[in-house]
Amino acid sequence: MKDQGKYQALTYFQLMEVSLRELLVEKGLVTEQQVAATVEDMRRRTPERGARVVAHAWTHHEYKARLLEDGTRACEELGLDVPALKLVVVENTPQVHNVIVCTLCSCYPRMLLGIPPDWYKSRNYRSRMVREPRAVLAEFGLKIPRQTRIRVHDSTADMRYLVLPMRPAGTRGWSEERLAALVTRDSMIGVALAKQPRSK
Amino acid sequence: MAEPRFRPGDTVRVMKAYPLGHVRTPYYIRGHTGVIERVCGSFPNPEELAQMRDGLPAQPLYRVRFMQNEVWPDYRGNPADVVEIEIYQHWLEPA
Repeated sequence: MKDQGKYQALTYFQLMEVSLRELLVEKGLVTEQQVAATVEDMRRRTPERGARVVAHAWTHHEYKARLLEDGTRACEELGLDVPALKLVVVENTPQVHNVIVCTLCSCYPRMLLGIPPDWYKSRNYRSRMVREPRAVLAEFGLKIPRQTRIRVHDSTADMRYLVLPMRPAGTRGWSEERLAALVTRDSMIGVALAKQPRSK
Repeated sequence: MAEPRFRPGDTVRVMKAYPLGHVRTPYYIRGHTGVIERVCGSFPNPEELAQMRDGLPAQPLYRVRFMQNEVWPDYRGNPADVVEIEIYQHWLEPA
């Protein structure tokens, strides 16, 4: 730990957040408890939710078809609420690789993946993923063969996107729970593949 | 709700316009031609919502597929690579 009691001034945006929050509380529009509960809610949403959906689709063919047809409804089947927005699920295959970006801001399937990583919001990722996806993916360590088509999804409006990664080989007969542990956040954004099972 | 004018498979051109305000049509795609991939439903117009108006009538929203080769003249990759973007109807014209 490096921050051993060292004083650090608030940044511009931290100060703005504190000021706005205190004003809203002072004016009686929200309570401190409501703010804390909402932050807690956001933290509770983690990529394990998305991984559950993916593992269920890998093990249930009919569920997978429903998920690709209507992502929102299929998530509701698993008790996952995708409020007010429509979820579009896109499937990776040996022929097609899908990847998600929001060039305008940082639209992200928070209800399934939680808070987006900083790089997803960076100008670098947002401007380059649409223009040179193969180069950006290579920087993530993912080399896409030239014969594989790339579909970049620019999340510009009311839809949210989730990539259904390919199920790794060597996982035949695995339980959903074990499979879910192979499904990373990055594999559901499309900048990585699902983890390979450890070889013995 | 505005009536949907396009169906999957239709060829459309994104208007080359530069209005001020909160616009959710990326600059890089304006003036380009693509194909309707799917109809997403109708949603209040975000340009109006940003002005604190109701955004009605709701605008049909489409996912439009563009060939990367057409969008970026110097694109390197598979010629079949695509970028798919959500675009509201009032930004599209038949092509």
